[in-house]
Amino acid sequence: MMSQPQIHFLGDGALQCSLSPPATLKHQQRIWHIAEQAATWPEVAEVVPGMNNLTLIMHRPVSDFDSVTKRILETWPKGDSGGIAGRDIEIPVVYGGSAGPDLDVVARHTGLSTKEVIARHSNGQYVVYFIGFQPGFAYMGGLDPTLATPRQSQPRLSVAAGSIGIGGEQTGIYPQSSPGGWQVLGRTALSLFDPAKNPPTLLRAGDRVRFTVERIAK
Amino acid sequence: MIEILQPGILSSVQDLGRYGQRQLGIHPGGALNTLALISANLLVGNPREAAGLEITMGACEMRFRCDTRFALTGDDFDARLDGKAIAPYWSTPVRAGQKLKLSHCSRDGTPAIRTYLALAGGIATPVVLGSRSTDLKAGFGGHQGRALRKGDRLPLGEMRSALERIGGPAFGVRSPHWNGLAALPYDSSEHLTLRVLPGPEFEQFTVAARQSLWQEKWRITPNSNRMGYRLEGPELKRKLSRDLLSHGVVPGVIQVPPSGKPIILMGDAQTTGGYPKIGVVISADMWKLAQAPLNAQLQLQLCDLEQALHASTEQQDYLHQMEQTLAALDWSRASQYRK
Repeated sequence: MMSQPQIHFLGDGALQCSLSPPATLKHQQRIWHIAEQAATWPEVAEVVPGMNNLTLIMHRPVSDFDSVTKRILETWPKGDSGGIAGRDIEIPVVYGGSAGPDLDVVARHTGLSTKEVIARHSNGQYVVYFIGFQPGFAYMGGLDPTLATPRQSQPRLSVAAGSIGIGGEQTGIYPQSSPGGWQVLGRTALSLFDPAKNPPTLLRAGDRVRFTVERIAK
Repeated sequence: MIEILQPGILSSVQDLGRYGQRQLGIHPGGALNTLALISANLLVGNPREAAGLEITMGACEMRFRCDTRFALTGDDFDARLDGKAIAPYWSTPVRAGQKLKLSHCSRDGTPAIRTYLALAGGIATPVVLGSRSTDLKAGFGGHQGRALRKGDRLPLGEMRSALERIGGPAFGVRSPHWNGLAALPYDSSEHLTLRVLPGPEFEQFTVAARQSLWQEKWRITPNSNRMGYRLEGPELKRKLSRDLLSHGVVPGVIQVPPSGKPIILMGDAQTTGGYPKIGVVISADMWKLAQAPLNAQLQLQLCDLEQALHASTEQQDYLHQMEQTLAALDWSRASQYRK
């Protein structure tokens, strides 16, 4: 039996539904499913899945929070817990060298050779839990726990677009050049966010991601 | 077309925002004071959602390259058209070649922060992902995805209404302040009152923190921008230390990082966050925050959902009334009184 979410007002135009930790993929699949349903409700303008939670942004003027709350609670236990139809996406990566300035840091921290770090990272099967923080930034689960490495104590002022990094137990890709504290292993030439495209982001919640070794730079 | 002679500190093309794509990490952005932008648009005969300029801290200068009509709303930066004073919330016809200049402070020297400029036809930069707003952080939308620079030329759209609107006289409307929308019982010249709903994690804060939230004054620090306003005041302590999982956030959210110093999220805030949310400023008061100058003192006032929705209705009534009044103007008659 799936536990019911806690529902809170997030100001006068949004509702936030969250499940008790720990976060699991099974819970997240339910979140995607409810998000997909809720996006079709007439009162709901936008849905924002988070990590084991879901925010519903209402159309204004907001008339009836109660009916939406009731509908969430009714919908939650029902339906497919298999989530939504995610896509399989391969991301070619140049590991190491100037593309991956922190590959050595991760090797040292984990006690693995750089080759082994690359092998374990590119063997992983990752799932996009949700997109947030920046346009197209995917929060992914599935990192081999032996690769977990803390963030840098002092974030870099600029991390190149397409950089693939490890931050704690997560791995992710920087869609745009930005400041950042993740340990950067490599870089992809794929565009993660292009406002001229439809859809503008390469990834979306529910996608399954594999990193392939395009090249190992010296 | 208008030509930017001096952009000021931060001027950008903004409309009512980019909606529907938060789940791709794209924030709504748009004018921080939508009430002001909508008012300015209505004053020049534009639809509510037309794009205009958001000008931060004044000191902006531009030349009109065509006959048009403009309106300035929000703060007053002692605007002058070829040296002649132009009041905010006025709609003014203008000829090609005329120059509009905003000072760096208001006429009476009171601190000011943002002004909005609407032009008949709206600013016609390309629509990107459903909006003309500039996403300054991700670098797209607006004019070349960036803040305006000296020499930029901005195209204007087709005018919706008859040409006599341009030729008609200047006229003004009551600002939201005059209409009583800004004045709350506890407002004073020293501080601005914002109505706040308790946030999802309100109960996780200590009794002392919850009391200080309502009782203390909060100063807007200069380290504030379109993403968020950082407030200075007593440290707000949480009873729990457990981190929250990343979750959706909206403008108005008052989040409290481990430092205990609250941040109010504004239109350019990221779509998800991880800090506990002690409260959320009601949407009807967000325009006041957009106009609150740096170092302003805020008084946060507890309110309930019913009051929040009522305040939204009042604001919509103000705009609706303006829309009705302007629609009823007899432009052909008004032009008889020119000059």
